[in-house]
Formats: sequence, C-alpha cells, structure tokens
Amino acid sequence: MGRAFLRGFRAVPWRVGLLLLTPLLLGACSGDPYPQSTLHPVSDSGSAIDALYRQIFWWAVVVFAVVQTALLVTLIRFRKRPGAGEPRQIHGNTLVEITWTLAPAAIIVAIAVPTVKAIFAVKGDAPPDALHVEVVGHQWWWEFRYPELGIVTANELHLPQGRPVALAITSADVIHSFWAPKLHGKRDAMPGRITRLALMPDSLGTYLGQCAEFCGESHANMRLRVTVQSQGEFAAWVASQTAPPTLPDSSAALILAGEAAYRRIRDPGNHSCIACHTMAGVSGGVLGPNLSHVGSRATLASGILPNDSAGLARWLRDPLAEKPGSLMPKIALTDDEIAALVAYLRSRN
Amino acid sequence: MAIPTMPHTDTVPTAPTGLWSWVTTTDHKRIGILYGVTAFFFFLVGGLEALVIRLQLGAPGNTLVSAEFYNQLFTMHGTTMVFLAIMPLSAAFFNFIIPLQIGARDVAFPRLNAFSYWVFLLGGLFMNASFFVGPLFGAGALSVAPNGGWFGYANLTSAQYSPGPNIDFWVLGLQILGVASLAAGFNFITTIINLRAPGMKLMRMPVFTWMSFVTQFLIITAFPVITIGLVFLMFDRVFGTRFYDVSAGGDVLLWQHLFWLFGHPEVYILILPAMGIVSEVLPTFSRKPLFGYAVVVYSGVLIGVVGWGVWAHHMFSTGLGPIADSVFSASTMLIAVPTGVKIFNWIGTMWGGRLEFRSPMLFAVGFISLFIIGGLSGVMHSSPPADLQQTDTYFVVAHFHYVLFGGAVFGLFAGMYYWWPKVFGHTLREGLGALHFWLMFAGMNLTFFPMHFSGLLGMPRRIYTYGGELGLDTYNLLSTAGALLTGVALLVFIANILVSRRGGAAPGPNPWSAATLEWATDSPPPVYNFSVIPTVKDGLPLWREGGMEPSPLPAVPPEPIHVPGGSIWPLCTAFGIIIMAVGALLHHSLWPSVATALAGALVTVVSIYQWAFEPFEV
Amino acid sequence: MSHAAVAHHTSTGLDNRKVAFWTFIGSECLLFGSLIATYLVYQGRSVSGPTTREILNIPLTSVSTFDLLMSSLAMVLALAAVQRGDRVWARVWLATTAFLGAIFLGFQVYEFQHFVHQGLGFTTNLFGSTFFTLTGFHGAHVFVGVLWLTTLLIRSFQGKLGPEKAVNVEIAGLYWHFVDVVWIVIFTVVYLIQTTPLPAA
Repeated sequence: MGRAFLRGFRAVPWRVGLLLLTPLLLGACSGDPYPQSTLHPVSDSGSAIDALYRQIFWWAVVVFAVVQTALLVTLIRFRKRPGAGEPRQIHGNTLVEITWTLAPAAIIVAIAVPTVKAIFAVKGDAPPDALHVEVVGHQWWWEFRYPELGIVTANELHLPQGRPVALAITSADVIHSFWAPKLHGKRDAMPGRITRLALMPDSLGTYLGQCAEFCGESHANMRLRVTVQSQGEFAAWVASQTAPPTLPDSSAALILAGEAAYRRIRDPGNHSCIACHTMAGVSGGVLGPNLSHVGSRATLASGILPNDSAGLARWLRDPLAEKPGSLMPKIALTDDEIAALVAYLRSRN
Repeated sequence: MAIPTMPHTDTVPTAPTGLWSWVTTTDHKRIGILYGVTAFFFFLVGGLEALVIRLQLGAPGNTLVSAEFYNQLFTMHGTTMVFLAIMPLSAAFFNFIIPLQIGARDVAFPRLNAFSYWVFLLGGLFMNASFFVGPLFGAGALSVAPNGGWFGYANLTSAQYSPGPNIDFWVLGLQILGVASLAAGFNFITTIINLRAPGMKLMRMPVFTWMSFVTQFLIITAFPVITIGLVFLMFDRVFGTRFYDVSAGGDVLLWQHLFWLFGHPEVYILILPAMGIVSEVLPTFSRKPLFGYAVVVYSGVLIGVVGWGVWAHHMFSTGLGPIADSVFSASTMLIAVPTGVKIFNWIGTMWGGRLEFRSPMLFAVGFISLFIIGGLSGVMHSSPPADLQQTDTYFVVAHFHYVLFGGAVFGLFAGMYYWWPKVFGHTLREGLGALHFWLMFAGMNLTFFPMHFSGLLGMPRRIYTYGGELGLDTYNLLSTAGALLTGVALLVFIANILVSRRGGAAPGPNPWSAATLEWATDSPPPVYNFSVIPTVKDGLPLWREGGMEPSPLPAVPPEPIHVPGGSIWPLCTAFGIIIMAVGALLHHSLWPSVATALAGALVTVVSIYQWAFEPFEV
Repeated sequence: MSHAAVAHHTSTGLDNRKVAFWTFIGSECLLFGSLIATYLVYQGRSVSGPTTREILNIPLTSVSTFDLLMSSLAMVLALAAVQRGDRVWARVWLATTAFLGAIFLGFQVYEFQHFVHQGLGFTTNLFGSTFFTLTGFHGAHVFVGVLWLTTLLIRSFQGKLGPEKAVNVEIAGLYWHFVDVVWIVIFTVVYLIQTTPLPAA
C-alpha cells in the first residue's frame, strides 16, 4: 500500500507540472500569447509588484519543498511494517516547538519588509507633471477622460511611453475594478469615491485588461485595452482626438445618410442615439460612450467586438445579443439604416 | 402534552422508531445524522452547480448557459458550499461526537439543538426554492435565484441594480441560516463548558472538541455582524433606507467592512473543525499521541482571536491607504505562524509512529498536503501589492479551494470514514475508500492547480466566459477535466455508502483502537450514550492504564437513566420563521406581505410558548 | 422510570441556562456594537435633511432614560422577592418593571412620531436610517422584555414562580439589565456626545 501510494504521489506532480508549464514556455517565444498576464509587466509599478511577487514566490517554493518533503519522508519512513511494536509515546518537545515557530516567523519578516516598502511605493502618488486620466466605470464599459487634454473616450486608453500617469478612478453606478495586468495591479472603481493608481509605462504595445469586480450580468464583457505609444505618436493621437469634427463630404452619400439616421432615429420606446451618446457637433448624451472618434478605436462594446463593418453591424442590429443585459436597447433598424450608420460611425475618427 | 415516554425494556431506555420519532427527535445523535444527510445532499447540489460552471468555462466563448444563469450558478455554488454544505457537515460532527467525547448524555439544550437543524433544513430549501419559483414573480424559470455573488457587494445588490427577488432570497436565506448557527453556538458553548464528565478538564478534551469550541465562539461573535449588514441591505431594498445609498452620503464600503468582519472569522469557522478532525485521526493511525497537544490547542485559539483582526485583507484593492494596508498585511502574515505550527505538530505526530494508511488517514494526510499549498498561496495574498494582481482572479479561487476543498472537505471526509462505524455500526469499505481518495486527490489538483496559472495570466473571477486571445484555453480545459474527475470520485463515495450497508463484521466499540471517550461505548451508541458517565483521569482515556473509570464500561446501565422524549415545537418554531421570511419576500405587495409575516410571527410566538411550557426534562 | 434530579450537576456549578444566556449577551454585544459603529461612522455625513442638533430632545429623553434605569431597580427587587418566596412583592415588582418598560416604549413612540412630523423619517437621510434602526432594534428588545416579564407575572399569579424558579427570573433580569445598559450607551453616544458641527451663526 505504502509503495503504491508513494509511486503515485511522486509521479503525478512533475509530469503535470511539465504539461502546465509548456504553454507558458512556448508562449514566451511567440507573439503575445498572454496579453493579460501579470507576470510580464511593462511599467515601473507593474515591475515593482512583479519583483515583490517573485521574492514571495521563491520563499513559498522553499517552504513547500521543505514541508512536503518532511511529510513525504515521514509517510515513507514510518509506515507500518509487519512485526513493528508500539512506537514511543512522545507528547511533544519544547525546543522543537520554539524552533518551528521562530523559523516561519523569520520568513514572514523577510516577506513583510519588502512588502511594506512596496506598499508605500505603489500607493498611487504621482509626480506633479504626470498625465492625468480619469477612469469612470459604467455597467458595462469604461469611460476615459483626459481633463488637461479635453479628451473623452471609451474602453481604449492611450498612454505615452516614459511619462508618469495618474489615474483617478471612480464609478457611475456599481463597484467595478480597473485592471490592466501588465501595467499595474487592480484598483476598485466605486461610486462616491475616487481611488488612484500611478504608473509609468516603459514598453510600446497594446495590452489587454478587464473589469475585475463582479458588476452584474455582463461583467465578463467589460474589457479594456491600453495602447502605449511613443511620445510623438501619442501627441498625434491627441491631435486627432481633439480635432474638430470633419463634416461629411457631400460625395459620401452613405455617410451623410448615416449622420441623418444618427440624428433621426427614435423608437416607440423613445430610445434614440442622440439621447445617450455624445457626438461632437451633433449630440451631447452622457449615458453611453462618447462616439466622437469611435472610428479610431480598435474594438467595440468594451472590447468584445472588432471595430469593423461586420462588428458594428452586429452591435447595432442587436446589442443585447452581444452583451446580455446591455443598457443599449435593441432598436429595430433596417439593413439600409445599419449600413448607413456603420459608414458614418467608421468615418468618425 | 404528556411527557412522551421513551420505550424501554425494564429500566434501560431504547431509541424510539418510526418517522414521527425522527421529526420530533431531540437526540444529538439523530440530529447529527439529519445534519449529515441534509448537508451531503446540499454538497451534491453545490457540486452540480460547480460542474455546470466548469462545463461552461471549458472553452472560450462557450454558450452552454446564459450570463444571467451563470451568475446565479456561481452565487449559489458559493453560498451553498459555505452555508449549506461545509458548516452543516461540521455541525453533524459537533452534534454526534462532542457529547460523546466529553462524556455527556446529550447537549445542554436538546430541543434548541433540534431547532437549529430544522431551521437549517428549511432555510436551505427556502433559498434553493428560488430556482423554481420564478413564474410566481412574473419571471421565467431558473431566473430568480440569488445572483450577486456569495459576498453580495453593495450597491450591485441594491433595489436599483438588482430589482428582482433574487437578492431578497439571498438576504432572507442567510438571516434564517444565521439563526440556526447562533442557536447551535449557544448550545455547544454551554455543553462544552458545563457538561463535561468528572475529570474531563479543558486541557484533557479531545482536540476536535477544542477546535469546535473555538469555532462556536467565532460563530456567536461573527454572525451578528453580518446580520446587521444584511438588515441594512434589506431595509434599503424594502423600505428605502440609505445605508448603502451613495447619493445620500452612504458608503458602499460599509457593506464590505461588515461582510468581511464576519467573512474572515467565517473561513476559520469552516476550517477549524476539520483541523480538529485531522488532529484526532492522525494520532489514532500513528499509534502515538498528538505531538504538542497544548500548542495545537493554543494555536487554534490564537487563530480564532487573531482571525478577528485581518478582515480588510479582502479589501486591498479598494485603496485603504498604505497604513491600513500595512497593518492588515502584518496581521494576516502573523496568522500564518500558528497555522504552520499546527501543520508541523501534525507531521511531528506521525514522525516516529507506526502509520496505517486506512481511509481516514489517507484523507487526513491529503488535508495536510493540500492545505500547505492553500496556505502558501494565502501568504502570497497577504502582501497587498502582490495581492493587487491576485485578488479577484482565479489565483484566489485556487487559494480558497485548496484550503476549503483540499482542507475542510478532505478533513470532513476523514471524519466521515473515521466515525462512520461509530455512527452507523458498520465500516465503509477500505478499497473503495482508497479509490475515492486517490480520484478526489487527483481530481482536486487537476481542477485547481491550473487556476494558479490562469489567475496570474489574467483571468478574473465571476466571468461567464472569456476570450480565446488570452491564451487560457488549456488551463480552463484542464480544470474542467478535473471537475469531472472529482465528480466521479464522489460517485465512488456514494457507491461505498450503498455497498457497505450489508456484510462486514460489526465494528464493536473501538474498531480503530482509538484513545478518546466516544470509542468507549457501543457502535452505534445506545440512546443514553454511556451506561455510566465515566470519571476521566487522562487526555487519552482509552490508551492509558487507569485513564478512565470504570473501564470497560458496564454493558448495561446499573442505575435507571432518564432520557428526554421528543418535541414538535422546535420544528413548529422553525416553520414560523420561514413563514415570516416568505412574508418579507413578498414585500412588493403590502397586504399579502404583512399578513404572511404576522401569521409567521404568530406561529413562532405560539410555538415558543408551547416549547417553554411543555413538560420536558433533560 | 425515575426522574432526573431537579438540580443538574454541571462542570462549573453554574446553571446551563445562565451560561447560555451569557453567551447570548456576548453575541448581542456584537449586534448592537455593529449598529452603534455604523451610527458613528455615518455621523455628520447626511447630505440633506435634519440632523441631531435640530431633532434630539435631551431633556425628554433623559426622563425616559431615568424611567428605564428605575425599571432595572424594580427588576432587582423583583428577583430578590422571588428568591425569598415573597409572592406579593414579586408580583408588584415584576409588574412595575414591565410597566416602566412599557412607559419607555411609549416615550419612544411619542419621540419617533414627533421626529417624523419634523421631517426626519426612516428613509430621509443617513441620520434617519441609522438612528431609527439602532433605536428601533433596542425598542424591539425592550418589547420582547416586556412580554417576557408579563409572562413571568402571569406565571406568578398561577402560583408557578416560587423560589425554585428564581433562576428564570434571574435570567430575565440579566436580559433586562443588558437592554438597559445598551440604552445607556445609545443615550450617551447618540444624544449626549453629538459631534455634528453647529450650524454656522
């Protein structure tokens, strides 16, 4: 019994370990197989957190190895053998108790010291020249505002490489949690409160994130992405986001028709585009995302659809099918109206 | 109502038979069995919910269940496993074993004990009824079960953002279950303080009784806090008070503080009894005493006390500030020390022993191995900056399943295999027991170990689906396979139960040659537990020469023993409470609601008076 | 079948019911503690509606507080009477305690409906919600206590409350004194120590 026990116990972990590590190892070589990973940070705060985690991880590995080995050795060495007599009836040993109380306590201290240092390092204070971004969680999308730059956008955050960022996070309804794992740990977005994150991105790229506090039916569909650009590209992005709206070219009949539809559409339940959305120069609704530059975004509906004609059409046709519980109602649109709206929205970049 | 007489042959009472005797039972042994059967049923329900969850998550973008139903599934899975499975399974053991271990004939308040059980049963049925009664609320079937998570954060749970009856079922169900737990807490504290056999000093009590003792204190102090938090939520939803109303200056964090002030002691409520069980099983199957008995007891007490000072480690992502973060981080790290000390003492117990790997021992050793993993991931969470990446992800799901499944559930299975002969008079089969263990050990690891990875690679909790671009497909598939394997393991256990009923030799009083008092009497024990209440001279009364007097106990009681009869009033009082809860559930219709609540109050009050004044002697 | 001895032997020598009741009181401390802590946390944070200084009438509530304190005195005297087998005075003091408790409840009802008239309801603001929930829970406890005392009074009239039943009265007394102490805390924290800033002159 004991031998079989041992063989089984020893054999399983390393094979499973290899199986589990393989995707991780392979992943490290190709594209970005883990775009939401916490283990590959691209910011100073993210790196500080990761460094602390690795310290704790290795302590945990040591403790795991020592204790599991002690357990295993005990199980093997003292399993009942035929003919063995009653074992010595030991009740305890004070020296042993002291030793194995102080040893873990010492390891705890070794973890506590860098922990407290890191707590103060990532507590959300940013230098005065930081770029200020306001994050507002909604059911189920992210609003991003750059107050100094006069930009209001949704779901896709652009940040310049090498410049500190100060995020002020809140919610318009229930508790959400802003989480872009490669850049930082998560910070809850709560109504009536402002929480803060400070970070400085150091690598170019696009990184994924999503809401990390259960916030209702489509919590799983509340995704975000962060694009870190060079300072020059970021400036160009800012310029395009703050440029006054381009009037549709009179030769673009479909786009014109789309703008007309955008202004005009109202269903029997009195739902209309203009009531909920802001479109620069056209409407000022604030219940839904700002659409002034929606065409410049890579995804739709907070990251669940690609921002192309097909994706836009799907979303317009039936938002509730794409995002259960969505506050954007399903409005009965004709195929022509959808085609026109798609053209119009894609032109808004 | 006349005193219901116990059937007896000459002067020796015997247990009554028939359904009515079970409905009116006040015998701790029967109540223990009722708790065990009911809790195991709910454990299967919770397991089924988990299976559907895992099937949905087995592939990205899966459409097995809707988002709305998924949210009900994970809410009910958590709520069921915590309140309807693990706590009552522990209660099954409190009930059956504690009076036997301390040398008592029953608990201090047998009818209150029955009351706790009936309230638990009816509360569990009340909450699960929500799966079926959607049409009564103008909704579809399977649409009004609680769906706010087992932790129900405000203000998602407010009337504004959760307008249906789902959260009402949750709040009311938890309040009902709280009543059951509190009543049992008062009962067991009194029992352990006051009904110990002569010579059964506190520091001679078995560790299971000790850990259960600490657990009861945690229950009676922690449950009032969540009671108030739930009262605030219910008042907000029903009357429109402002407790969690941000526009009126209310703070959503008030809920979190109240919930976690309860919630953290709750996790120690879940684990300490299982730790107590392991502390009984290991010495028996090592053939030597528990190493460091006093240290293990004091560690349990310390865990209970310090466990009150760590609650905000569930709130590290809310921006408490660096000082609060540091304080709670320190207290959380501190609690790792007595926990580790217990583990070392268990290994010390086995060291130098003569180990027999019978089924209870397999599960006890499995507990230690798996709890080490869960404990270490817990230490990782104790560091706030690291926790900012781990909290609300599958990493923490891995952590708490290692400690609750690998820990509490494995410990409870150890207890089941260990005390099965004492309770039922026959032993569970060894071969099936070992098969159950290995399948469950493999299944549990296959399910939850990959979650450490999927969590750190970016998978948040409580999501009904995830994108394929995250690279998490394989990990999720492995977890799903593990869940299925775990299900198979459970089927083996059920088969074991069925197959073991017949055949096999009678186990006698002490089939494991264990040391504590419950093994001094028959298997199953007579209705009066002990023919004479022994005088105890040692903490291991059956292992020490002269550890117990008389030894062995006489086969037949030399003096007449009075055993109290049954009573219907605990069940009636429980019914009254449920009727009041239904009244509250109907709060959208004023007069039906008030009438039902008043009717329930009437039933409750009348039943309490009948209970108070019926002739009943312990 | 013989009956068990009337006085059960216990490990501590204390009656089981007394031990259980003390644990219940411990649990009630957490219950009221949570209510009081919430009241304190929310003090001064109502964004509209009346607050403590505009509403609370300390002189009036001092009278009801005194009434409750006197009821505790009556309770002590009732217990002493039961213990010495004095049926007449047991009934007098039990009735007095219940009566004074009912008077206290009367004061609460009067005070609350007056607040509502002044614009402070249960749902008006944070102060209304926390105040009425806290004092309402306390009042509900007083109500249960009055019912309990009335029951004991009736038992006494039935001749079933002799000295051998003194522990029942003692436990009712424990409950009653606890409810009184809770009120002292509430009166002090809510009425006497008001930290809401004075309105600007």
